[in-house]
Amino acid sequence: MGNVAEVIVFLISGAIVLGGGLGVILNRNPVHAALSLIASFFGVAVLFISQEAHFLAFVQVVVYGGAIVVLFLFVIMLLGVDRAEQVRVEQLSMQRPLAIVTGVMLFGLAMGGLFLSGPGGEEGAVAATGQQSAMVPIDETEPNVRQLGLDLFTRNVLAFEATAILLTIATVGAVVLVRNEGAEDLVVDEPGTSIG
Amino acid sequence: MLALLAQTQVQIPEIVWSVLWPIVLLSIGGVLLITATSISPRLRVGSFPAAMTIVLAGASLVTLPLIWSKVRDGGGQLPVIADAIRIDAFTLLVTGIMCASLIVVSLLLDDYLRTEGLDGPEWYVLLLMSATGGILMAAANDLIVTFLGLEILSIAVYVLAALHLRRTKSQEAGFKYFILGALSSAIFLYGIAMIYGATGSLRLTDIAQFIASGNSAGLSPLTESSLLLAGMAMLLIGFGFKISAAPFHLWTPDVYEGAPTPVVAFMASAVKAAGMAGLLRVFIVAFGVVAEDWRPVVGAMAILSVVIGAASALGQDNVKRMLAYSSIVHAGFMLVGLYAAASGAAQTGTRSVVFYLFAYAVMSLGTFAAFTLIGGRGDQNHSLSAYVGLSRSNPMVASLLAVLLLAQAGMPFTIGFWAKARVIIAAANGENYVVAAVAMVAAVVAAFVYLRLIVTMFMISEPDEAGEAEASGAQLRISRSGLFALGIAAAATMIWGLFPGFGGDWFGEATRALLELR
Repeated sequence: MGNVAEVIVFLISGAIVLGGGLGVILNRNPVHAALSLIASFFGVAVLFISQEAHFLAFVQVVVYGGAIVVLFLFVIMLLGVDRAEQVRVEQLSMQRPLAIVTGVMLFGLAMGGLFLSGPGGEEGAVAATGQQSAMVPIDETEPNVRQLGLDLFTRNVLAFEATAILLTIATVGAVVLVRNEGAEDLVVDEPGTSIG
Repeated sequence: MLALLAQTQVQIPEIVWSVLWPIVLLSIGGVLLITATSISPRLRVGSFPAAMTIVLAGASLVTLPLIWSKVRDGGGQLPVIADAIRIDAFTLLVTGIMCASLIVVSLLLDDYLRTEGLDGPEWYVLLLMSATGGILMAAANDLIVTFLGLEILSIAVYVLAALHLRRTKSQEAGFKYFILGALSSAIFLYGIAMIYGATGSLRLTDIAQFIASGNSAGLSPLTESSLLLAGMAMLLIGFGFKISAAPFHLWTPDVYEGAPTPVVAFMASAVKAAGMAGLLRVFIVAFGVVAEDWRPVVGAMAILSVVIGAASALGQDNVKRMLAYSSIVHAGFMLVGLYAAASGAAQTGTRSVVFYLFAYAVMSLGTFAAFTLIGGRGDQNHSLSAYVGLSRSNPMVASLLAVLLLAQAGMPFTIGFWAKARVIIAAANGENYVVAAVAMVAAVVAAFVYLRLIVTMFMISEPDEAGEAEASGAQLRISRSGLFALGIAAAATMIWGLFPGFGGDWFGEATRALLELR
């Protein structure tokens, strides 16, 4: 009964994903929030494995669970863990209700897109994701990572190269912006500048 | 291991290097520039980075006719690198705009950096890379490439906006632009995912084919694929932010005001042209079949942009903010053209947008070149009062700026007139009389804004005030390179104003290239 096992895996990892997500927004301590994010990412990785997307699961753990959250933790530690921002005070009035409304609308849009889509009617969700595979048809005999690699170096080789330019820009930009020269004669003379 | 390698038959896609010269020159040139200046610090100071940028952009411009002759022999379409990008007349036109913008901005930036006491080839490196991103975006036949182009274009400009490290206003501009831009990019990417889910492909031409086959089977995307609709909406938000169309325009005035003025010239010309080019390619090529579905949204964005832009520009006292709102009006006009293209007047509508994005690039480059010159040290003279009596202290700059402002207002015999007229005619062809009327009224309101600035420049003020104005005007140190840049833009405005078909039918060719693909 592969199906039952799949459902059980889905339920457990889904619970982890949702629990982690809730933990991110409900924890007062930023470090706990970041750790909840890792839990959520791990749940997503398990979901990827159950969809046989092994490479994605791997990347999810290494890049998101590893690198990105560690980066978050670095920033939190550098800024000071104990300096909790006062989030109860609203900087802009009406900001929170508006955020909730737009969030719900976006959720509705995504869900509507998923379930009302495709010629399938009640099976809309199937139609939404499985209409046509433009990539090389998934070959059961070939490992997932290998197919992905081939695709990356044939069909998408330009995108792969363009990423190099993107990374160069990011590096140059980051280095230039954090250079501290001239910080002593900072000009704050303009009216309307809301610093200080 | 070797055995495993041996069994793999990798079909490496054919790469036609000879048509990729602009992309190669600009991106590799940028890397070379930063390497050279890192190795030899002597090259950091002086005009070497600017000169190299101008040479690279000029060389790319020179290759365009050669590439075009190759493309024309290939039937007007050249799929390159596994069809990820298309080199056609439209791509080449946008490449030309990018290179021209690079040249003008480098001319301005060289003197600007010297007056501000800043150095650094990084400005030019980021400009070169950003232009590469813009070209990729215009050429892309693949949504991933579109996205990468968009990001390369934008991230470089976020940094450029904040690159005047001593001015908090510049930092603020960069930060605002970055936060809002990152959000819009995320929405854009989400949209791409939805489009992939709905159509099963990222290639624009495949998406068009898929939708067309669904259409002929009697399936309307409006009722059958809300996933596609959601994706299109999200892409429209991402592009709308880039071209600063209402209601995604809120960043524009703050960023234009705070960012270094030469960078604003780049933003208004190259970034907007590339954003609009990407929007045109994605929506005309991939979603042209379902134009009925996105048409109302584009129409609403167009009307909102022209109305909000024109109305807000009226109350501004800072010329950079004023022109920021005017750029929103211009974005609205381009969307009016796109709306017309979607409602029956495909040929005239698309052509009007293509011409408009060229015209606006020329006009905005010139206008912001003049603002750079007048702004002076520390970007200080951007209030309207700094322009009083400018015609007497600096008659040359004042009259060239007046030409450019009249062009933006849509004065006959300037490029701006033809741009606006063609959009309105296209809208009338598509029987969109309401949109056309709103756009015309907004154009009149916006014209008042430009005239107000012109009148201020040529105003004969009270004796004591005039003395003061001339004192502030006399301090203006007009650099030769800056004046040259301003002159080029003003000349282009007049040349294409008097002979709108000057230099051959590029705009028609570019339109054909886009429409052929659907």
